[in-house]
Amino acid sequence: MEDMSFRHSDRERAPGARKMAIIGVVASGNLEVLAERVLPDAECLVAIRTAAEGFGDVWRAVISDFVERHPSGGLKFSINDGGARPDTVSLRLAQAVRLMKEDDR
Amino acid sequence: MTIWRHGREARDARVAAGAKLAKGKIVEASDATRLLEATIRPGDRVCLEGDNQKQANLLSAALLAVDLAKVNNLHMVQSGVVLPEHLDVFERGVAKRLDYAYSGPQSARIARMLFGGKIELGALHTYLELFARYFIDLTPNVALIGAVSADRDGNLYTGPNTEDTPTVVEATAFKDGIVIAQVNEIVDKVPRVDIPGDRVQFVVKSDKPFFVEPLFTRDPAAITESQILTAMLAIKGIYAPYGVRRLNHGIGFNTAAIELLLPTYGEKLALKGKVASHFALNPHPALIPAIESGWVEQIHSFGSEVGMEEYIRARSDVFFTGPDGSLRSNRAFCQTAGLYACDMFIGSTLQIDLQGNSSTVTTSRIAGFGGAPNMGADARGRRHPSGPWLQAGREADPDGSALLRRGRKLVVQIGETFGDKNVPLFVESLDALALAEKLKLELAPVMIYGDDVTHIITEEGIANLLLCRDASEREQAIRGVAGYTEVGRGRDRRMVQNLRERGVIRRPEDLGIDPLDADRSMLAARSIKDLVRWSGGLYAPPSQFRNW
Repeated sequence: MEDMSFRHSDRERAPGARKMAIIGVVASGNLEVLAERVLPDAECLVAIRTAAEGFGDVWRAVISDFVERHPSGGLKFSINDGGARPDTVSLRLAQAVRLMKEDDR
Repeated sequence: MTIWRHGREARDARVAAGAKLAKGKIVEASDATRLLEATIRPGDRVCLEGDNQKQANLLSAALLAVDLAKVNNLHMVQSGVVLPEHLDVFERGVAKRLDYAYSGPQSARIARMLFGGKIELGALHTYLELFARYFIDLTPNVALIGAVSADRDGNLYTGPNTEDTPTVVEATAFKDGIVIAQVNEIVDKVPRVDIPGDRVQFVVKSDKPFFVEPLFTRDPAAITESQILTAMLAIKGIYAPYGVRRLNHGIGFNTAAIELLLPTYGEKLALKGKVASHFALNPHPALIPAIESGWVEQIHSFGSEVGMEEYIRARSDVFFTGPDGSLRSNRAFCQTAGLYACDMFIGSTLQIDLQGNSSTVTTSRIAGFGGAPNMGADARGRRHPSGPWLQAGREADPDGSALLRRGRKLVVQIGETFGDKNVPLFVESLDALALAEKLKLELAPVMIYGDDVTHIITEEGIANLLLCRDASEREQAIRGVAGYTEVGRGRDRRMVQNLRERGVIRRPEDLGIDPLDADRSMLAARSIKDLVRWSGGLYAPPSQFRNW
């Protein structure tokens, strides 16, 4: 297991009112993303726990592209990774942001 | 006086030796090894069929058991090295030299045996290339083939898996060779004559049907969202703008996703009748929903697919069938069709380098080529125009004279940037090069050469290599769709941005595709059971795909 986290500031606030969303499953080649609206509006934090060690550079690149493409301010993402490919990671993060756009429920 | 009939006399002597074991042409299975000892000479060129799917497994076991004093040092010339026995004959010394095309299931062992010097390698071929050499410098002395049934005159019925048989028999029988067939049954009258009896010297009745592997069944349940995204990119970004009607699909999950998106996503884009209507293709079960929805006019097949027999019979408007109703496949003709009469090949690979060369060889596996290089190559002898072919030619050479400019076949590589076990699709240097050096080959086993590739599709977008004007643009176009692989992260961001502005690279959003729409609910069938339902119960999947 390897833990890492990436913090980005000066972000645009993630739209929507939803407080929390969860998407994906922890399985081989897949991952689970928990999104929570718990940070100041300009902050974004992605905390990763992964079964595949030694991919820090790839994670850094994936997360930095993600925050550039999606307004994610105010959100904390907790990722439980089962060795997913980068494209699956990007997809799950985008899905989480879309869920957070919904009204609170 | 010169004698011009050495070959004929030698064959007559072999037939006479074999005839002692036969009643007419029929030989008991228990005498199969003795028949081979009587008819094969040391050093002979032997084709042990050995196709992509169908295997003459009784005859391969019989060959393995020969007395080495009588039969040895054979030169095997067969398209498929598929069964363990195909390599056991080298281990035992029955055979010494090998010329072949495909070795899917034996790819790891064949690599070990080549490294260990157990096999003297002639060359790796494409199917069409090996077939061509059967008529020039690799003509078999003996062909050991498989068929469904035979009559007492030796007329053969091959059933849906005719595959390589007519080609192998043509080359052998008309050049003083011996043709020996194993059949599942002897009948009074065969359902149709696939091989005329006067080309067949001996028939061995097998207790068990010959071995056939279902190679073209992809379970829709295993298709991922990224594969669906690449399929959407292919349909909207290539099939639609080029209007590709005549094509061949590879066997991967990405192309299975395309097949399953035609009746849904393709329908939404109003492409029915405009794309994907004529195929050179094995009967892919994943194509059933598109066929049932009226997308597909015609399919010619290299071979068949286990479980598709009844469906094919009931859809003779689409498939090539005989007077008996069952599929007639033919690998040589279908490969020719794919080479000359298709405007596009789209398929996956294991490695792509910075020039766009691709290979399925890794340092420990040599899978061979099969037919992909014939599908995935420009036919330099092509002379008939078509919309997609002319459009691709125009993109490659916009300033050339329209009447003199060659068209181009669309050769599309599709895949996710990372494959199984997070292995990157893109590499600085192909493993095939390291292998060629290690084996001292004169030519690296490249599946599709970079200068034949026109497009690369990944989940990150489409690179149109036709629009690249020099090697560095080409390299950056490839890096620009290579995602988070080392090759992808090594891109020149400014140059990639420039290529995107010129339409050389197109992202999903440039095509109006939201990656979040790439959902499994878009697949026309999401399981094997759905495919059975689409077929009205005619498709009978083999047991390993029945998971309900």
